[in-house]
Amino acid sequence: MFSAFRTLMGRDLLLAMRRRSDLFTTLFFFVIVVSLFPLGIGPEMNTLRLIAPGVFWVAALLASMLALERLFAVDYEDGALEQMLLAPQPLFVLVLAKVTAHWLVTGLPLVLMAPLLGLQYDLSSEALGVMVLSLLLGTPALSLIGAIGAALTLGLRGGGVLVSLLVLPLYIPVLIFGSGAVEATASGLGGQGHISMLGAILVLSLLLAPLAASAALRISVE
Amino acid sequence: MPPVAKFNEVTGTKPYLYYQTPGTAGLHYPMNSRLINWFKFSSPATFYPLAGRLVPIFAVLALALIGVGLYMSFFVAPTDYKQGEGYRIIFVHVPAAWMSMFIYLIMAFWAALGLVFNTRLSGMMTRALAPTGAIFAFLALWTGAFWGKPMWGTWWVWDARLTSELILLFLYLGYLALQGAIDDTRRADRAGALLVLVGVVNIPIIYYSVQWWNTLHQGATISMDNGSKMGVTMLWTMLIMALGFWAYTIAVALARVRSIILEREADTTWVSELAEVRL
Amino acid sequence: MLEVAGLACIRGDRKLFSDLSFRLEAGELLHLHGHNGSGKTTLMRTVCGLMKESDGEIRWNGESIHRLGEDFTRDVVYIGHKNGIKDDLTGVENLRVCSALDGNPITERQAWDALERMGLMGHEDLPSRVLSQGQKRRVALARLLVNKSRLWVLDEPFTALDVAAVDFLQSIIRDHINSGGMVILTTHQEVRITREQVKELQLGWKEVGHV
Repeated sequence: MFSAFRTLMGRDLLLAMRRRSDLFTTLFFFVIVVSLFPLGIGPEMNTLRLIAPGVFWVAALLASMLALERLFAVDYEDGALEQMLLAPQPLFVLVLAKVTAHWLVTGLPLVLMAPLLGLQYDLSSEALGVMVLSLLLGTPALSLIGAIGAALTLGLRGGGVLVSLLVLPLYIPVLIFGSGAVEATASGLGGQGHISMLGAILVLSLLLAPLAASAALRISVE
Repeated sequence: MPPVAKFNEVTGTKPYLYYQTPGTAGLHYPMNSRLINWFKFSSPATFYPLAGRLVPIFAVLALALIGVGLYMSFFVAPTDYKQGEGYRIIFVHVPAAWMSMFIYLIMAFWAALGLVFNTRLSGMMTRALAPTGAIFAFLALWTGAFWGKPMWGTWWVWDARLTSELILLFLYLGYLALQGAIDDTRRADRAGALLVLVGVVNIPIIYYSVQWWNTLHQGATISMDNGSKMGVTMLWTMLIMALGFWAYTIAVALARVRSIILEREADTTWVSELAEVRL
Repeated sequence: MLEVAGLACIRGDRKLFSDLSFRLEAGELLHLHGHNGSGKTTLMRTVCGLMKESDGEIRWNGESIHRLGEDFTRDVVYIGHKNGIKDDLTGVENLRVCSALDGNPITERQAWDALERMGLMGHEDLPSRVLSQGQKRRVALARLLVNKSRLWVLDEPFTALDVAAVDFLQSIIRDHINSGGMVILTTHQEVRITREQVKELQLGWKEVGHV
């Protein structure tokens, strides 16, 4: 079971390395969206500092959602997904392996990039630290929850738009606690409570989302 | 070309060849007939006429209750000393908000039933309820905005309840969009059921997080129903309206289920023998 | 032993077949026949457990395959229309990943050998993307050489293969049957093994002259 997890995650990471251009699209999307806001709102630093947590988190939400489409779609088209369903391994372990690889490729770079972008918004180093921490806890939860939506919309026409409709409402708690943590820190209230809520959401989605996504995959592949 | 050499061993006496003769074969659902009477009405063929008898009853009930409820809310219920006449909109707003939440729960119940027992009717029920749930959620938001304008001076306030209601509407819309995108009815039913169950697990978390977010941001301090202590007449009015909405929901959902059944079972014998289909 | 009893499958609103029963013992091959759309692929996918039957039961050694779960899928290898191989991986990598997920990890050496026997000598470490259709099919079929599953479910395994590869695949299937394995397949080719080992199943039929 563990070796199956490693094999599948290794395979997906290897595939990502062979298609490096795909690796950067999500990251660039995040960077561009975050950089667009000052252009739309104006360079007033006080305003920017105020909206930064929300902007970063909404951008992270959208970036993670855009990347979802590729999570199962390629495997579905080339038949590798059928083989996954028939592998003598618990399906949720394989789903977890795929989501982990997916997060390492699309989520982690974004977390690492965030502090650099935070400088554009004149965030304090403390707020930046909490931002990274909140993204580190929140983005895996986004990938996990998103996997359910990606699995449900597999092979449907208009899948990309549809998945956003299904998944975005479910992302709301992560958004609230994620941006709330940064905001609370920036305003001197301390983001402890938010961070622990994010942690709880991550644990909950680690437990439930792979199961739900497995069930969704079985429904969609039929 | 004659059929290729036949299979040289068959277990039991059952025929193993299937003849594709759409329309005449008649789909029997052995799954349902085998289960005891508990599931008797989960067979579309038996449920269809039953629903047909129930629809007018509930429709009349809905009309009467909502009529009485509206009369009471406009003419019987006293004017609120704090909020004036404008408060009367809560007689629609609150029951609509209740219904929108109840309907999601009922959908989740049918969804779970469908996934566990694989009954075909469950998917149809879930599907039939969704548009009504979405309409009630929309109605709650709409009346909320009408209420907000005179009370708060603005059409929209990011109040925790209103925000949660908005998210509930999004969940309904997501379900409807997913249903619309899937052609295969079986997949649509099962995928929809799973989505509703995921939603129902998330609703408390969403509700809680919105509440947290709201208190933190010191948003609206007035909430919809803590303005004044509610009088007995007001309570009765609201209850009657809520019952009326229930009856409406049942009538509409059953009528919708009937057309879904007809649509899906169009090439079965029992449907082709129906009087309304023959005409 | 595979046992199918009273199986019915509905696809969309159309009933493909119902009351289908058969048994497959060790050392037997089931050859499915039927025109396009008669439900051959559906039947195979249902037998593997990829699709849920509308009615009836599929038993493996006397137990329902849904109850057996992974204990059943361990015994099955399914090769469908889609090869299930990754374009960006080499043949060797593909084969090793597939086998590892099948719970049967193989060494690099074994993978090279299997691909070589499959007639892919010199192409083992090219990304599958540059291979021809037939060569990709061979990579997918190389799984049969390293797999220990008892039941093979092969949907049109001979498509895109050249004569030599068809011959080779026939011999693999024959060996598998002779060593007590089971095979379910659809193909328009004649399967060259002893008559007693082959069962034929006709799904749906049409009047002469109908297309």
